[in-house]
Amino acid sequence: MTNKEIDQVTGVETTGHEWDGIKELNNPLPRWWLWTFYGSIVFAIGYTIAFPAWPMISSATTGVLGYSSRADLDAELVAAKAAQGDLVTKIAETPVADILANEDLARFARAGGKSLFKVYCSQCHGTGATGSVGYPNLNDDEWVWGGSIEQIYATISHGARSPTDPETHYNVMPNFGTDGMLAPEQIDLLAKQVASLSGIEGGAASPEGNQLFADNCAACHGGGGEGMPDAGGPSLNDQIWLYEGTLAAIKAQIERPRHGVMPAWQPRLGESAVKQLAVYVHGLGGGQ
Amino acid sequence: MLADPPDTNSYDVEAVNAASRRQPLYAPRKKIFPKRASGYFRKFKWLVMLVTLTIYYVTPWLRWDRGPFAPDQAVLVDLANKRFYFFFIEIWPQEFYYVAGMLVMAGIGLFLITSTVGRAWCGYACPQTVWVDLFLAVERFIEGDRNARIKLDAAPWSASKLTKRTIKHVTWLVIGVLTGGAWVFYFADAPTLLGDIATLQAPLVAYATIGLLTATTYTFGGLMREQVCTYMCPWPRIQGAMLDENSLTVTYNDWRGEPRTRHAKRAIAEGKPVGDCVDCNACVVVCPMGIDIRDGQQLECITCALCIDACDDVMTRLGKEPGLISYATLSDYNQNMALATGSGKVIQPTRIRDQITGKLNDAIKRTDWRSVIRPRTIVYLIGWSAIGLAMLTALALRSPLSLNVLHDRNPLYVELRDGAIRNGYDVKILNMTPALRTVELRLEGLPGAELSLVDGGEDTAQVLNLELEPDKVLPLRLYVRIPPDVRPASQAKFHIVVETPDGHARSNTETTFEVPENAK
Repeated sequence: MTNKEIDQVTGVETTGHEWDGIKELNNPLPRWWLWTFYGSIVFAIGYTIAFPAWPMISSATTGVLGYSSRADLDAELVAAKAAQGDLVTKIAETPVADILANEDLARFARAGGKSLFKVYCSQCHGTGATGSVGYPNLNDDEWVWGGSIEQIYATISHGARSPTDPETHYNVMPNFGTDGMLAPEQIDLLAKQVASLSGIEGGAASPEGNQLFADNCAACHGGGGEGMPDAGGPSLNDQIWLYEGTLAAIKAQIERPRHGVMPAWQPRLGESAVKQLAVYVHGLGGGQ
Repeated sequence: MLADPPDTNSYDVEAVNAASRRQPLYAPRKKIFPKRASGYFRKFKWLVMLVTLTIYYVTPWLRWDRGPFAPDQAVLVDLANKRFYFFFIEIWPQEFYYVAGMLVMAGIGLFLITSTVGRAWCGYACPQTVWVDLFLAVERFIEGDRNARIKLDAAPWSASKLTKRTIKHVTWLVIGVLTGGAWVFYFADAPTLLGDIATLQAPLVAYATIGLLTATTYTFGGLMREQVCTYMCPWPRIQGAMLDENSLTVTYNDWRGEPRTRHAKRAIAEGKPVGDCVDCNACVVVCPMGIDIRDGQQLECITCALCIDACDDVMTRLGKEPGLISYATLSDYNQNMALATGSGKVIQPTRIRDQITGKLNDAIKRTDWRSVIRPRTIVYLIGWSAIGLAMLTALALRSPLSLNVLHDRNPLYVELRDGAIRNGYDVKILNMTPALRTVELRLEGLPGAELSLVDGGEDTAQVLNLELEPDKVLPLRLYVRIPPDVRPASQAKFHIVVETPDGHARSNTETTFEVPENAK
């Protein structure tokens, strides 16, 4: 109060604050501004009474309106589920092939399948469904257990070699090498024979190899190696290989085959989710 | 009874913080009762008000035929369908850069206007100014001019005062409702919405918007008026920074006005110097901001020029040259001031007047329109025009058929049984015309490629024929497949093209075809 300074130009008192020679005038505020300020204080108090605000020891006041953002979210989730309800039930009741014919159901199933795939399938098949060694790529036109919508639906429902599902796809390729069913030189000839079917480097067809193929492989893989989707015998005459398309890998697979396992999803996810997944996978580009 | 002590002294002193010397922390509002002005600028302001209000209220009711698939309202912000219609122009959300361009133009336009004619926006075209002017006209019509209003305000409450005040506030509220009401018509079909509002079937947001705008119009235009400009608006501060010594401002020419006196004849008789200002305060009473322009340029002045009208009227009646208050630049003002003061600091009226006729000297610099043409304003004008022309060109050249292509990220490519490579694309074809259309989709620069759609089955083709709905986007899942014998050895660039059969509209987008790194 002692060193009051009056600005020469305006005749107004300054606040005493100075920034690089610029001083602040202490003009009075308009009174309506003051009332606005009081009004907002009153509003703020009312707000803290109406809504959750004051921190207590273990929680906070709940507010007389009983609002909570968690309850809001729950209500929104319930509403979203209810909105989906009809379509989810309808998909469960519709034969899977008919879903594709129904534009609304197919769109919903594709979107639902996409998100389900990310949660349940992408761990093995990859987020882009491209698979990896031992896990099939679902984008291409090669299907171990068939690529029609019904076949895909059956595979997802019951899995492959699933220990929990009696209806699961099941087959086993014999251990030709480790069980002594074929001699090493026979395996060598057979591997070269198989490799020759799709032009893999090192492959060579021979009459002995051809005979060995007809005796040991054709029953499951078809006479020309074209595969038998019903029996789960992969095709051997194309460019797609589950366990790598090299002569060494083919030889290893004949000697001591590896087998993949896929869970049966029907009991876990239910009818509707499995059908949504089938529609999605079928639509990745390789569906037949 | 206590007797005064005999030896007390009293001092002529006051406490430094005595109540009488203390500034109030909060100031009550000083009421302003602007008097009616008349003259050139008042007429101009009426004209501006007429034009701006007409544009505001009439625009939503203009019709514009766009055929059966689009609304026929000339100006419409269709939020539900995400379209903006402006006469022959239709803007889609992704073309929002036109709005950004308009905002840049508005910014540079602000520089241009302010550096040339000063705060013209504030004085004539700002909605706050226009509506306050309208509200003042209503107030004047109901309660009378300045003196009558002061008297009414000071009078005790009576039936007559209550009636006048009620009519005034009700009229203001009606204007407020009409203002908010006009606003919502820009966002929906105006005739339909008016019917819905009248029959209480309009959406809640329409009523809420009308309510909110009624409240703000009534409060800002009727109750707060100049307080909005002085305390709430950032514009005066920004504009103040853009003015320079060659910008037009409403100026009190004290080089010819001072020394002011109310008793000119007596002063002349006494041989004192006399300026043109007769200190009648006509400039103060007409001011809607309640300020005295003779104090010089100030933040509160919105340059509405009503004080010019008031002063010119007085000067003319006194037989003096008008323009004691005028639009002038600071540099002209300084030049004239130097002329009036000579080497000294005192204004000498004789230095700028002809001794015999009393007319002002020819040496006096009069501000004319040439002052607005200078490098700074030319640069602003060029920048403003360049953006405007660029936008007009872009608008004229834009294709009403548009194509967006997004290559799959995962998987980048798929190898098929026969060794062919397949790439997937999300394609969106935008038909930006309100009419059904057939287009052909094909590839350019990717030999041997075959097209198929995810829902199109196994059939492949070189060209796809597609039906586009009016004013809609057609999303497609497009597969491009290249057989093994012609597959490229490395990533290939190519174009996806959509074209109408007659070739009038065409759009193409470059994208890539990805192949495995170890391609054979």
